[in-house]
Amino acid sequence: MKLTQEERSMLAGDMGEHKRWAMEHMIQVGNFFDAPDFVPISQAHMMADTESLGEAGVEFLEYLAEMVEEESPLAVPMLTDPRGIDLSCYKKFGQNDEMAKRERRAINACKKLGILMTDTCINYQIIMPPVKGDHVAFGDTGVVIYSNSVLGAYTNFEGGPSALAAGFSGRTPRYGLHLQENRMATKRFVIKDQPNGLTDWGVLGGYIGRMCGSYWQIPVIEGIDSVPSSDDMKHFGAAMASFGSTPLFHIVGITPEAPTLSAVCSESNLEVNEITSEHLDSLRNDFGKKGDKIDVVVFAAPQLSLVEMHDVANLLDGKTIHEDTAVIVCTAPAVGADCDRLGITQRIESSGAMVLRGTCFYQQYAREVAEARGWKRLLSNSTKIVNIISGYGYEPALASMEDCVASAIAGEIV
Amino acid sequence: MTVELKCHRGIGEKVQGIALVAHDNFSARYDLNRIAGVFSRPQHLLYGQSYVDKILVLNTSKGGVASAWMLYEMKSRAMAPKAILFNTTNTILAQGAAMANISLCDRFDDGDVTALIKTGDHIVVDPGEGLVTIL
Repeated sequence: MKLTQEERSMLAGDMGEHKRWAMEHMIQVGNFFDAPDFVPISQAHMMADTESLGEAGVEFLEYLAEMVEEESPLAVPMLTDPRGIDLSCYKKFGQNDEMAKRERRAINACKKLGILMTDTCINYQIIMPPVKGDHVAFGDTGVVIYSNSVLGAYTNFEGGPSALAAGFSGRTPRYGLHLQENRMATKRFVIKDQPNGLTDWGVLGGYIGRMCGSYWQIPVIEGIDSVPSSDDMKHFGAAMASFGSTPLFHIVGITPEAPTLSAVCSESNLEVNEITSEHLDSLRNDFGKKGDKIDVVVFAAPQLSLVEMHDVANLLDGKTIHEDTAVIVCTAPAVGADCDRLGITQRIESSGAMVLRGTCFYQQYAREVAEARGWKRLLSNSTKIVNIISGYGYEPALASMEDCVASAIAGEIV
Repeated sequence: MTVELKCHRGIGEKVQGIALVAHDNFSARYDLNRIAGVFSRPQHLLYGQSYVDKILVLNTSKGGVASAWMLYEMKSRAMAPKAILFNTTNTILAQGAAMANISLCDRFDDGDVTALIKTGDHIVVDPGEGLVTIL
């Protein structure tokens, strides 16, 4: 990789150990992907839930934090993805003191490094959305696909260590989605039946992701009749990234890089794949059926926006959830504060549901919590989470937000 | 007779071991019970099998960002694969391999690596040379 004088100084350790480590790590990755050089970034976002960090990851963060003297070693603002524990209610949720202790250590280390503990995977909705052409280093697949596709920013999937390295150095290797040639469409889809609601958008995204099947396949989608909401795009992208490891999509006439089909592909080169409701049912039918008993209903993955929280509250108003069924609702701390102020939290929790702040269900020791609570059958309106969660020992089912609430009250899928 | 497979220059040190192969994809979060060291996702072709100290040979990496920290954590407990070979990897597994010092290669010249290598093959992975040898 071609390095500037400043980058050579960082690599030599002249600007401190944090930046030296960052450059060494990123050069390995950059060489692997044939990056010609580095590109400056405006912000970074790191996954650092303690379940994925483990003891080794927490110790690594503490090692970096111990070296901080006065100034933060960060070169750009750095945010965090959801954490592993909501410390205000972890015992009730089914987590233990050992998990909480590790979480506090990770939080203390991140704070000492100067990281802004936003604990959210919807930073593009509630913190600082990047703008078109903005190079960033974001560490959550849902955040990445939304930022690339809906906002026109430039970011790869950045794992925790690489996001941290980008934060320390203020740059990232120029490969993958930072290069225009990798942002062109490689698969073409035409939608024949319009999605309606968050779960439909998630199923459509999951189906397209499954059809793409690789980080290096970029779909372009035609046939969407109306402009979707930010929450629609959130579920669409998160599911696509989950099923396909897909980092970018284009919707003709809607997303910023695709005002026309020809802006993102050569029309004659790509086979047209039509998607009908039968295709989507083939994915949906993998996840649960009416009458199945339900242990836990989860609203998460991604964290809920204020609008989604309001919708859940409206559906739960005056209702009581079934005694054998739990309802977990995950949102960002910033949204949680607004929900407290607006009375939304109280309306949700009056039903017996539990609101968690700064976490996301699958990032918070889902296997151990299942054992502690005796949970196996999980229902959600998130196509992303039903794709992820079976590896943790759950039997996942999928339904709309309205049907999830009705099922939580009935104790079985309605 | 040995067989040499050329690939893109990889990450990590030269290692050798026994291959565990499937034409399936991979995420540490989605597919593994990392405490027990086995594939735990019922739909995965390697469900129930131990990956510890094996050289995993799979199609591509999938899903989420967590695999990067997870490879580092698994390596710290000596519960990691010895190396991972993909047809193509996403960015996360490459970043995680670099952090954890787990050998990783992809982009093979001779086609589908999950067809070229069989479970139980004794193989040598040389990322610096971009070369995998079936002994």
